[in-house]
Amino acid sequence: MKLNLKIWRQAGPNAKGQMVDYKIDGVESDMSFLEMLDLLNEKLISKGDEPIAFDHDCREGICGMCSLYINGEAHGPDKLTTTCQLHMRRFNDGDTITIEPWRANAFPVIKDLIVDRSALDRIQQAGGYISVNTSGRTVDANNIPIPKKNADMAFDAATCIGCGACVATCKNASAMLFVSAKVAQFALLPQGRVEAAKRVQDMIAVMDAEGFGSCTNTGACEVECPKGISLTNIAILNKEFLLAQVK
Amino acid sequence: MTFLKTSVAKKVAMALSGLFLVLFILVHLAINLTLIYPGKEAFDAAVEFMGTNPLIQIMQPVLALGFIFHISMGIYLEWNNRSKRSVKYVNNNPKVASSWASRNMIWTGLFVLLFLIIHLLNYFVPFKTQEVSDHYVLVTGLFKSPVYTLIYVLAFISLGIHLSHGFQSAFQSLGTPRQKCHKFIVYSGNLFAFLVALGFSAIAIYFYFN
Ligand code: HEM
Ligand code: SF4
Ligand code: FES
Repeated sequence: MKLNLKIWRQAGPNAKGQMVDYKIDGVESDMSFLEMLDLLNEKLISKGDEPIAFDHDCREGICGMCSLYINGEAHGPDKLTTTCQLHMRRFNDGDTITIEPWRANAFPVIKDLIVDRSALDRIQQAGGYISVNTSGRTVDANNIPIPKKNADMAFDAATCIGCGACVATCKNASAMLFVSAKVAQFALLPQGRVEAAKRVQDMIAVMDAEGFGSCTNTGACEVECPKGISLTNIAILNKEFLLAQVK
Repeated sequence: MTFLKTSVAKKVAMALSGLFLVLFILVHLAINLTLIYPGKEAFDAAVEFMGTNPLIQIMQPVLALGFIFHISMGIYLEWNNRSKRSVKYVNNNPKVASSWASRNMIWTGLFVLLFLIIHLLNYFVPFKTQEVSDHYVLVTGLFKSPVYTLIYVLAFISLGIHLSHGFQSAFQSLGTPRQKCHKFIVYSGNLFAFLVALGFSAIAIYFYFN
């Protein structure tokens, strides 16, 4: 199929960017979205042009590296799908597709479609872990009985891949869904309770300092999240935050 | 005070002030309904009670502060959140993922504020500064104006939309156990929003035609 692409090009962090039109032919319906961009890049390279920079790694929907705001939606039109798992059969011959980087002041553009998402790493470093001594006397985690419901909810929260689609889609560029997944994943388990109060406060402090907006519960993040992270986690985060104040 | 500096605490304060205003609106609706049923005498008695009861007199400045807090915090949060994305999307399609009401809280809120100012000038100021001989006549008389009635109805539709998102949003901000209560909260919020919009508007329209 033939497609008209409108893609954000920006030479570097401080360069002025713009949308550039590309026409591409020979796109197969079983190509993934990123393979379509690979095809475009091969054509650009063979013409001696600069290829389009975009993030990707596993290409199987598990690493959280791919991004892209496609036709006005984070990770494109499919629900519960990362960009690397989006396929061209979702589009029709002759379609015009706009491709933009995640937009948030906390995610500055590095080049073209690549943004710097290290702000999420810094939030994670502020408390997204448990402190266990691994000196050899560790207790097997499975020795502690955990209600099935909590185990399931913690597991679901832990499937967040840190892609940042929640931030990209939120009208406030809020990272609450990401942070709430990281907080809830531990808050629901006995090992995580020990540092729960400190964790939630530290992670929120860094979230605010990194320049993310505040949550207004529009729920767009939950809809666009490729892993279906639920707003329940944000309610848990809010509860944990309030509980931490009275501790 | 470091507590109130965090974004989450501001949201909690927003939620509490919003729910406080919800209580006020409920009382206000109950009083207004007496205009129609049982009628003039009951309404006059309610006005008398609101004008003299000591608890209500204490609550009046608290309510004013509640409004001022809710409005200023709402405007601040909106302004602050807007500043978090300096470069906008060329193509953005937010309606696939969130409701109109949730994205336009500031506009439905500001429209309610506009009405609130008109309402205070028309009713509350004369009530406080001069001898109003007959409240029933003052209130129902205002609905003789088609422009006033229209703004009135639109303001309460606006408030209904504001509450259709705001009610459940407030509980989410307070961290209510979502899995257990969410459906119930959304349902009661929508019902409440609908009744507020319908109740106030119906009274206005009734007196416009009678
Ligand atoms: C009687 C009138 C009003 C009632 C009952 C009311 C109620 C509420 C409620 C329950 C919320 C949800 C709080 C939350 O999301 O946690 C809310 C949010 C909000 N209100 Fe109001 N409100 C009223 C008037 C206003 C006015 C006059 C404004 C003017 C600016 C306003 C602006 C906002 C904004 C911007 C939000 C969203 C804030 C956020 O989610 O961060 N409201 N309101
Ligand atoms: S919550 Fe969802 S959208 Fe946000 S970073 Fe995690 S996986 Fe991505
Ligand atoms: S490239 Fe790994 S999730 Fe898409």
